Amino acid sequence: MNLLDFARGPALEWSFAIFLFGVLWRLLGILLLRRVHDYSEPRAHRAALGALQAIVRRTWPRKEFRARTTYGLAISYVFHVGLAIVVFGFVPHILLIRSLLGVSWPGLPGAVIYFSAVVTLAALVMALIRRLTHPVLKLLSNFDDYFSWAVTIAPLVTGLLAVAHYGGRYENLLAVHILSVELLFIWFPFGKLMHAVLFVLARGQTGVVYGRRGAST
Amino acid sequence: MSKDDSLGESLRKQGISRRAFMKFCAATASVLALPPGMATVMAAALSRARRPSVIYLSYQECTGCGESLTRSFSPTLESLIFNAMSLDYYETLQAAAGTAAEAARKTAMKENWGKYLLVVDGAVPVGNDGVYCTIAGESAVDILTEAAKGAAAVVSVGTCAAFGGIPHANPNPTGAVAVSQIVRDKPVVNVSGCPPVPEVITGVLAHYLTFGSIPELDHLGRPKVFFGETIHDRCYRRPFYDQGKFAKTFDDEGARNGWCLYELGCKGPVTYNACATVKWNQGTSYPIESGHGCLGCSEPDFWDKGSFYQALSTGTWSGATVLGVAAVAGAAIGVGAAVVSRRRQAHLDNEKQPKEKQP
Ligand code: HEM
Ligand code: SF4
Ligand code: SF4
Repeated sequence: MNLLDFARGPALEWSFAIFLFGVLWRLLGILLLRRVHDYSEPRAHRAALGALQAIVRRTWPRKEFRARTTYGLAISYVFHVGLAIVVFGFVPHILLIRSLLGVSWPGLPGAVIYFSAVVTLAALVMALIRRLTHPVLKLLSNFDDYFSWAVTIAPLVTGLLAVAHYGGRYENLLAVHILSVELLFIWFPFGKLMHAVLFVLARGQTGVVYGRRGAST
Repeated sequence: MSKDDSLGESLRKQGISRRAFMKFCAATASVLALPPGMATVMAAALSRARRPSVIYLSYQECTGCGESLTRSFSPTLESLIFNAMSLDYYETLQAAAGTAAEAARKTAMKENWGKYLLVVDGAVPVGNDGVYCTIAGESAVDILTEAAKGAAAVVSVGTCAAFGGIPHANPNPTGAVAVSQIVRDKPVVNVSGCPPVPEVITGVLAHYLTFGSIPELDHLGRPKVFFGETIHDRCYRRPFYDQGKFAKTFDDEGARNGWCLYELGCKGPVTYNACATVKWNQGTSYPIESGHGCLGCSEPDFWDKGSFYQALSTGTWSGATVLGVAAVAGAAIGVGAAVVSRRRQAHLDNEKQPKEKQP
């Protein structure tokens, strides 16, 4: 078994298994918690609506904070959209998803993928620089933030190297790319990358509380 | 024509013109991707060269490699046999049979000890003391070990000889191994492929005959001139891969338009071979031109890498068990964690309650 066989075989299977294990653990562990009873008189009965509003509306910055958050937010938007294009638009990726879930959609041309990958890469580097230089963010950041950043950028770097055939034989570059993706899968449930799932719950819960109090979400 | 004649002499005796000979050299040089000037060097070397003895052994194989070899067009096998080498033993082509054939092999080995070129196709079974393949009462592994001792170099023709091939595929009941697993003290050239492109086989032989050495090899022992690039690197369908245009079935519109076969399982991106450049059947075409994806036949263990018709990026799975167990275990631990937290929450509430009642 060579490195590529290992990456496409046992490593892929086990990283998925760990991903599934971790996500279910954390998700059920949170969803099945007891809700703290709110004894206050509800001002409005729009908990569900509040939750939905918070999930959607917080995708956009509030006017009051715009001046301070626009730069960071713009970077985040660029790399989130870019990642989505690369991960869900590239045909080899779609084929893997189809083989696992049975769903598929048309892919994008290689040039679009490579362009998005480079833009995403640049945005991720800018996000890191911002984190390292921002006086407050710097203090708030811990190992989890930096490691999550590293495992996110790694598949982009290795994927681009594989496509460019740069730095080794293609089968090895591809193997390293797949292994870097597997590292991402393994880390995902246990670090801050889990926000990709948990943001819905966090925003929803806030929305429920605000909705009950009749506050703006 | 005596074996001791130089090639030049033997050609003259056969009445082969210098012009025809130069044509042969030019064709060989071009197959080997040598610069044009090398044809003259090759011609000079070849006319001086003594026709070396070649012993060709076949073990666990389907004779597809031999079939391929006999269809070589530049240089043709005939021109190699009659002009450049003395093929002293080859079961598929020799007239002799039985004891006479084995005697011919033994004589050739004795007369050319240390100098002959040993060509092998087929894997060598070593399970149960090698009983799964015997010739004239001797096991393949014994014959090979003995024959390799007197060889100048060994050429493993085909994926079975080079890497074990089909006989070595799971579950490998005969304990089949590659020639290089048995011959460890002689230079071994792996000319892989199932079968190899004929010009690649004859090209390697011609290289040896011309330069008296084996060509530069890659990390798997394959000559770099032929195995230096992937099929995908040189595939004429590559622009469609880059544009994201893929055939979804073997007879849809994409297939008819010649779009990339990646989705239909093409292993070209990770397969090193000369198909896309040298091509097959006198340069007519190669499998992808006929509408079928590359199977990866020149790579080790290509039988054990999942379906030929599954896209390269889909991975190979052992089944649903590992994922199923992981999901159930994750859910169980999640529920467990929630139950423990709920208990603690309840406990904290009980402690808090009386305090809250105090005004
Ligand atoms: C976070 C970003 C990325 C993720 C999560 C990701 C994920 C994956 C996965 C899961 C595979 C399939 C592995 C398998 O064979 O089983 C794959 C294959 C591949 N990815 Fe990525 N990838 C990412 C970024 C990129 C980028 C930026 C590029 C290049 C522009 C790229 C190029 C490729 C290529 C060329 C293949 C395999 C194609 C082949 O099989 O020949 N990937 N990727
Ligand atoms: S048909 Fe195969 S080798 Fe040719 S471009 Fe597509 S994937 Fe590559
Ligand atoms: S195209 Fe691929 S499978 Fe077909 S002969 Fe060439 S290397 Fe072998």
